[in-house]
Amino acid sequence: MIAEIIVSLLLLLGGSFALLGSFGLARLPDFFMRLHGPTKATTLGVGAIIVASLLHVGTSETDAGPRELAVTLFLLITAPVTAHLLSKAALTEQRRRESKGGGASRQ
Amino acid sequence: MRHVLPQPVLSLLILGLWLVLAPSPGLGHLLIALGLALGLPWVTRSFWPNPPRLANAWAALRLLGVVLADIIVANIEVARQVVGPPERLRPEFLEVPLDITDPFVASLLGSIVSLTPGTVSIEIDRGVLLVHALHVTDGAEAVARIKSRYEAPLRKVFAC
Repeated sequence: MIAEIIVSLLLLLGGSFALLGSFGLARLPDFFMRLHGPTKATTLGVGAIIVASLLHVGTSETDAGPRELAVTLFLLITAPVTAHLLSKAALTEQRRRESKGGGASRQ
Repeated sequence: MRHVLPQPVLSLLILGLWLVLAPSPGLGHLLIALGLALGLPWVTRSFWPNPPRLANAWAALRLLGVVLADIIVANIEVARQVVGPPERLRPEFLEVPLDITDPFVASLLGSIVSLTPGTVSIEIDRGVLLVHALHVTDGAEAVARIKSRYEAPLRKVFAC
């Protein structure tokens, strides 16, 4: 019972952070600022959901525990790489536009 | 030994991950895992001219703890900034001069920066890490923070 309450709270917390991440993506004014939403909020969002999943599995006797940890590891490795590639592409694009003249500054 | 196992840590990681992800334990999966653990580092060896050596495992654990704690703080902070009025944010590009020369360790630093408070690494170029920060009040202090909080421990971990 207590475990179920904790699992539910964690799921809510994870869901809210994932939502806030998407909210940031939609709301912030420029590309580089938008990147912040999904790269951060989703890590804790999914993190909380994974901890909830671990707890749930731990209390209901099936053995998928380590698999959740593997998911976390993959997430922590891939999220920054994606962000890095996206921002690198955006920066290159912006420099190209600026060198053509008349482009906006970096800010 | 170096020829068969160019990267023991990576091999161990692949082996462990495959066994963890396998739907059922068994000899078949163990064989596949062993094959991948030995094969993948060997096939990709030309991407790793100088494989990084873990020099200080204790420092690595401590850094992991700091980063995990910072990720939680980062999330709460960014969540608040996202909900608040966007005009109040002062985003800025920061140039962090790196003391790390190893490209793998430098990209590891980039990943840590991307995962932690209000910063995303944009580019690593000629010893400078370009970082975009969502809200900066003191640029020099933000750069110093990245250097002391993440770069210095990373250099200790890999002794570089």
